[in-house]
Amino acid sequence: MNLHEYQAKDILRGYGVPIPAGEVATSPEQAEAIAMKLGTAVMVKAQVHAGGRGKAGGVKFCKTPADAKEKATAILGMHIKGLTVEKVLVTTAADIASEAYVGIIVDRQRKKPVFMVSAAGGIDIEEVAAKTPEKILYVPVDTRYGLRGYEAMRMGFFLYQDIKLVKQAAKIMQQLYAAFMASGCSLAEINPLVGTPSGELIAVDGKMVVDDNELDRHKDIEALRDVSSEAPSEVDARNCNLTFIKLEGDVGCVVNGAGLAMATMDLVKYYGGEPANFLDIGGSSNPEKVVNALRIITADPAVKCILFNIFGGITRTDDVANGIVTATKSNPLKVPIVIRLTGTNEEIAMKILTENGFSASSDMDEAVQKAVQLAKGGKAA
Amino acid sequence: MSIFIDKDTKLVVQGITGRDGSFHTKQMIEYGTKVVAGVTPGKGGQTFEGTVPVFNTVYDAVEKTGANTAVIYVPPMGAADAIMEAADAGCALVVCITEGVPVLDMTKVYPFVKEKGARLLGPNCPGLISPGASKVGIIPGRICAPGPVGVVSRSGTLTYEIVYQLTRAGIGQTTCVGIGGDPINGTNFIDCLAAFEKDPHTKAVAMMGEIGGTDEQEAADFVKHHMTKPVVGFIAGQTAPPGRRMGHAGAIISGSAGTAAEKIDAFKAAGMGVAKRPIDFVDLIKAGLK
Repeated sequence: MNLHEYQAKDILRGYGVPIPAGEVATSPEQAEAIAMKLGTAVMVKAQVHAGGRGKAGGVKFCKTPADAKEKATAILGMHIKGLTVEKVLVTTAADIASEAYVGIIVDRQRKKPVFMVSAAGGIDIEEVAAKTPEKILYVPVDTRYGLRGYEAMRMGFFLYQDIKLVKQAAKIMQQLYAAFMASGCSLAEINPLVGTPSGELIAVDGKMVVDDNELDRHKDIEALRDVSSEAPSEVDARNCNLTFIKLEGDVGCVVNGAGLAMATMDLVKYYGGEPANFLDIGGSSNPEKVVNALRIITADPAVKCILFNIFGGITRTDDVANGIVTATKSNPLKVPIVIRLTGTNEEIAMKILTENGFSASSDMDEAVQKAVQLAKGGKAA
Repeated sequence: MSIFIDKDTKLVVQGITGRDGSFHTKQMIEYGTKVVAGVTPGKGGQTFEGTVPVFNTVYDAVEKTGANTAVIYVPPMGAADAIMEAADAGCALVVCITEGVPVLDMTKVYPFVKEKGARLLGPNCPGLISPGASKVGIIPGRICAPGPVGVVSRSGTLTYEIVYQLTRAGIGQTTCVGIGGDPINGTNFIDCLAAFEKDPHTKAVAMMGEIGGTDEQEAADFVKHHMTKPVVGFIAGQTAPPGRRMGHAGAIISGSAGTAAEKIDAFKAAGMGVAKRPIDFVDLIKAGLK
């Protein structure tokens, strides 16, 4: 789960990281009032889950409160990468003498969180890593012991010469690490970490991504979720305990298991179609999940055909068949459905479907080909 | 023959009295797995289904029954502790079925298990099965048959699909291993490939990967330099959009890294067979066995 900049900054501030004063506004008048209260030149920054906010014109420098109101008027309601800006952060503008990048990410290869720091801050760190890898210092952390003092100091010395800045930076590393661990993050970064002309370090931008598997432990962070940036169908699916990702195609897929769901989408593409979604109904065969899955998929007007692909291992295929029958009785389908079932209780499932006017196949390739044809408006072979 | 588990595997089930634990324990016993003990704290002294003694701790279970392998069906927030307990109690193989284990928990568990000298499989995996000998986890026994093919995969139902198609085509398996779909897992493709290379009864290997990370690319490199047996690979997620977690926590394309195309290229560069569809495994494995 991604946090907004202002949410990440609130958390980091709680761990002692120096953050410029600021507040969130949802109207130009509010933005003006916050700028007035701060009494400084401010930055007005779009709060939206998309990279490249600056390039899109979503981050502006404002000298006066009136200026802040004007810039906020332009930014609120703006579309950045398909997302509407509903909030802006109004925050004191910093005087910049230097910019550094400081981030921690869980590294799959090292199986540890790894700090990445670079004096080439304020820009895309992936680009730095690709073009000038020597400008980045990587420091893996053994989470059983935590970030050690000497590791934090080493990063400080990599970034700065002045011992005062080195010590400040080392302290910020410890604070960032504490926030990262306590919030269950998979990524946390300060970019840029700004050095001011008066010799202070401040975190001008902050980003945190929280591991979804941690949310049961962190109800306070779960409560920060902003659903306005998500497709409503995805929010609906999550509330029904389904994993659903909306795509651009027209073949709606209902599959059990993430790997098989991906393989099914790929097979749709292989036979010349386009999948409308990723949907995993999971391992349990609760008929309710099938009902919810069908409701979510049929709500998408782009879907021209529905494809079920169920491999009954733990999942009982007769439960899925019953789910399909129940769901379509209360909400008759407006588009064709192709069902592929095999495995546990396959014979019973086939009988249930046939008795209720459905046909089903036990062959995955056959079913996918048929669904692709039907989505294109053709008749099934 | 097989890898990791066989007829001598003596299993302790952690979370044996829970909903999933009890269901799958019955299935494992039915398949012929030697389930020697169960663990549920507070229920020590009871017996499961009148035959399997239940203990309060894995230490008690290992001491009283000689269990050498543990399987874990406990909720995600307790899974890290359960894994470390099993490794500390001396189980050589620890299989964690639980889905949803926080990745930061795994950063502590992984080095702990290594230091204890144990092998962890998973988390978020279906376990493993050596057809005809033993199964640990949730892979349905009736879709497998004994034979010459080693199977290793990051997913559950996709593995079942491919194993089932192999079995129907008359191609049996030495061992089928599900390594799990999380970003940090105990056993990777290379561990399994190395074990299959050593196992005299395995004649070919079927490997199912997916988008995210670099495990498949490293496995391809291993195949190129260290494997004499034919390996056929498949990657799920060719149509997955970047930046989205495709069900499995580890199945995510980060920036431009971890795509299906880059993994398939690695397979080709290693001289592996590449299955474009699950059904293609049948012909490619048949060719490899000749």
